[in-house]
Amino acid sequence: MTNTSEQLLDIQKIRKDFPILSREINGKPLVYFDNAATSQTPTQVINCIVDYYETKNANIHRGVHSLSQIATDAYEGARETVRKHFNAEFAHEIILTAGTTHSINLVANGYASILKPEDEILVSAMEHHSNIVPWQMLCQKTGSKMKVIPMSHKGELEMDSYKELLNENTKLVFVNHVSNALGTINPIEEIIELAHGVDAKVLIDGAQAAPHLKADVQALDVDYYTVSAHKICGPTGVGMLYGKEDLLNMLPPYQGGGEMISEVTFEKTTYAGLPHKFEAGTPNISGGIAFGAALDYMNGIGFDSIAAYEMELLNYATSEIQKIDDVEIYGTTPDKKTAVLSFNIKDVHPYDIGTLLDKMGIAVRTGHHCAQPIMEFYKIPGTVRASFSFYNTKEEIDSFITALKKAKSMLI
Amino acid sequence: MSSIQERQEEIIEEFSMFEDWMQRYEYMIELGKSLPLIAEEHKTEENIIKGCQSRVWVYAEMDDDQVDFTADSDAIITKGIIAILIRVFSGQKPEDIIHANTDFIDEIGLKEHLSPTRANGLVSMIKQMKMYAIAYNSQQNNKA
Repeated sequence: MTNTSEQLLDIQKIRKDFPILSREINGKPLVYFDNAATSQTPTQVINCIVDYYETKNANIHRGVHSLSQIATDAYEGARETVRKHFNAEFAHEIILTAGTTHSINLVANGYASILKPEDEILVSAMEHHSNIVPWQMLCQKTGSKMKVIPMSHKGELEMDSYKELLNENTKLVFVNHVSNALGTINPIEEIIELAHGVDAKVLIDGAQAAPHLKADVQALDVDYYTVSAHKICGPTGVGMLYGKEDLLNMLPPYQGGGEMISEVTFEKTTYAGLPHKFEAGTPNISGGIAFGAALDYMNGIGFDSIAAYEMELLNYATSEIQKIDDVEIYGTTPDKKTAVLSFNIKDVHPYDIGTLLDKMGIAVRTGHHCAQPIMEFYKIPGTVRASFSFYNTKEEIDSFITALKKAKSMLI
Repeated sequence: MSSIQERQEEIIEEFSMFEDWMQRYEYMIELGKSLPLIAEEHKTEENIIKGCQSRVWVYAEMDDDQVDFTADSDAIITKGIIAILIRVFSGQKPEDIIHANTDFIDEIGLKEHLSPTRANGLVSMIKQMKMYAIAYNSQQNNKA
């Protein structure tokens, strides 16, 4: 590594926090470059889950006994950590969900009783299926129209087309903060401001942004923001829906059950206030607490250092891969990218590359990355996606490039 | 003309000569390059095998009393896998194909070295080839 990055982060110390990074795959040291699919988990977060079951396990919000109070305090403490991280005004604007997909479905379901047939919703051309399908289902229910904000060949949203698409019938706009397939950072400040100009609400899918940059929901003035904990060193099956207080109050509950009620008779149920209205049933308690621990861990390292170091990794990997003939990179927007390298080698299927890299211990994602419209745009079956995290190293990129050259020589 | 069983044993022996899976993949890629290619007009939607992540087409024709398979895929390793299956099944009688045991795939360790999606695709390929054999077999029986 160059001197700059050594100053940024103590990578060798950080790597010791991730036990999985020292294992072997197919007899080779694991090189984990599938971080955009899920991040690895540091000992601090793993220990938090163990500690919960060893010392705190009880159901929350309802017990009179002390252990229940300890568990409740830990869970609500995590909600406060999440609030602080995303700078929401109130902790009750943070709904703890099963993850981004769950968060999006919760909002989409709520709008089923609000939208009218003449209403329009806008979705970007570079969305993950989880930010397309729930809205299509919503449109089927309400008769509303879905329109698509197009993207350029570089992988940037066409903002002029977006402005033209916005009108007084536009009620909702859905855009990811960062594209999972390309790594593009979308200009969400501008997108939100323009949408608010026609009184439309905006949901930003922050799943791919959260590992690399810190979103301030109040500064963004975003209406809804979603995150999955497992992409930011937390456990799977837990995430967040941020919503502005008045908007969350307006939405009907998503699921009925315990925890989400104020009073129940067979004639009528009055719902609990925020956030409990949207948190029916016993939640993923240990997961929620570990979500908070994951944010603490990442903040301990510092998002500015993480972003700067990951950018160095991306730039290094990009310059090295460009030395290989016939490589095409997708998502070439300069400077507005997270550490995602999506590429193909001419005349080689991405699955073949992924399979051979795996045999050499290197984990990458291949395929359409749950974003088939993007693949359709480029007229390709899929890409190979290497996505980097702050615990990866330049040496790992060297191994990846060597393995890629070998795979290429075998396949052509 | 070797039987299905003999051809399977040949493949098991060939695969056992390699030291590691990189060499086996290298061999599969070579096999993929020699795959008897399906005619363009048969690369249709109905000849695509479901359950594969890469696109795979398989077609079968009767030649005297034997089934001849041709195939293609846009991924070369997938072509190699189907080339192995074609080597075993092509030129065999429909009835033999229907009753063929395909344990050799487990014996060469192919399935466990494929990603789950590819392993599913492999199962679908075998199923499709057996379906062709069943169809030709019933045609033959009807003629008789």
